[in-house]
Amino acid sequence: MGELSRFWRESEHRYRLIGTKCGNCSVTYFPPRDICPKCHRESIGKMKPVQLQGKGEIISYTIVHDAPPRFIRQRPYFMALIKLDEGPTITGQIVDCDADEVDIGKRVRTVFRKVAEEGKSGIIEYGYKFVVDQ
Amino acid sequence: MILNKAYIIGAGETKYGELWEKSLRELAVEAGLKAVENAGIFSKEIEVLYGSNSLAGTINGQENIGSLISDFSGIAENNIPAIRIEASTASGGAAVRQAYLAVKSGEYDVVMVGGVEKMTDIYGSEIIDLTSSVLDREWEAFLGATPAALAAMSARKYMKDFNVPREALSMMSVNDHLNASRNPHAQYRNKITLEQAVNATPVAEPLNLMDCSPVSDGAAAVIVASEKYVKKNGIEGVEILSSAASQDYLAVHSRKSIYRLDSTVLAAREALGKAKLKLDNISFSEIHDSYSIYGLMELEDLGFAEKGKAKDLVYEEIKLNGRIPVNPSGGLKAKGNPFGATGVGQFVEAYTQLKGKAGERQVKSPEHALLHNMGGTGSTSVVHILGGVA
Repeated sequence: MGELSRFWRESEHRYRLIGTKCGNCSVTYFPPRDICPKCHRESIGKMKPVQLQGKGEIISYTIVHDAPPRFIRQRPYFMALIKLDEGPTITGQIVDCDADEVDIGKRVRTVFRKVAEEGKSGIIEYGYKFVVDQ
Repeated sequence: MILNKAYIIGAGETKYGELWEKSLRELAVEAGLKAVENAGIFSKEIEVLYGSNSLAGTINGQENIGSLISDFSGIAENNIPAIRIEASTASGGAAVRQAYLAVKSGEYDVVMVGGVEKMTDIYGSEIIDLTSSVLDREWEAFLGATPAALAAMSARKYMKDFNVPREALSMMSVNDHLNASRNPHAQYRNKITLEQAVNATPVAEPLNLMDCSPVSDGAAAVIVASEKYVKKNGIEGVEILSSAASQDYLAVHSRKSIYRLDSTVLAAREALGKAKLKLDNISFSEIHDSYSIYGLMELEDLGFAEKGKAKDLVYEEIKLNGRIPVNPSGGLKAKGNPFGATGVGQFVEAYTQLKGKAGERQVKSPEHALLHNMGGTGSTSVVHILGGVA
């Protein structure tokens, strides 16, 4: 589905949750952006990397049954929209939980996991998923 | 700023469905030919061709769609510009909008728009990955999100915040199937009951199979012409009164709300304003209900109801003979959703309806139609208002 560089170049964002913060308005973004959509040219050169803590709450979630090939072995799986404490909302899976533990408003935190693999001999893709905070 | 008026003078479409025996190019040519015949023009009169398509590059391994359509429509030696317009599932509306602007500017008098998608050339779950390319690949799809999953997350939050019963979502699909049962071009012509819709196989909870538009093959085409051309040739066209398009963040997680489609709010407001019309003047609408929840959100964001109140419209008002008929064609759920053709197909339906030729699904004496075509999960919305027969 892609060359190694496509995944490798996003490693620090996906492995360590590095977003960006606008030096002009102080809003934090994830995924990272080169231009702040509020400050436009005022933000150029002022977008700084920022480490996110990976803690937040579930805005909404779904249980995916019809999955693309990369995720077939994981189905059914939870996908959620999570509002991080630093501000941005991000999309990710929720894992290691029973169905009744997941709900809107529940606190979650990121864990580092295998996201998918490209067949038996292909590259293995890693990134963030979420677990419910007990 | 008085500019030319633009009219739809002909329209045609293939049947939508799983059309195993027909290729991408055959579908495009079939629809194009029907539109040309319907308009009563000669293909040599066409000055520009806009091809609308979303996924042929990955599904069919074919890019350069403008040339493909032009070539196999037999007009390669006319040497006219032939360009593909891509805005994911809003490609069709976006392409007609380009045709409208081309005529309105005075540059061209006769423009053809052909939308096509051939989705069944991929089997099984692979199509879910390919349709996920209309999302943010790196920050939504990479992590396991699908178009249905994102719609489902909007649905769950929407239902909770506004206390909307699951049945209200299903009613969009029940209405689509009922209307499609009267449309010979529709993919699914079977009526469904509310009970069947509610209890279908889950796709991405709370959405199930009956909340989701299908995988479709199909093509649709329209001919857009200037006022000058229409008058000179004594043609009765349907005027495109206004056209508006708006954009939002690509990914759902970046938007201000997960159940308000700002691109739709803005495009609808602009289109109605430019046409100097209110929703009361709209006789029927074709809306982009790729997922049932979007149907409800769109009814609100187009202005038919306050946020959370579309549930009051879906049982009676949206019916073919209701106060605000929605999707007389059968909509995306039942007529089908061949991405690049979907938005153009809305024009085929509106043209047919406004001409009074929709047969047993005819909306009673329609004057104006509102067409809403949306890209992806709402990153693009294109709204057109079509007028009475000129």
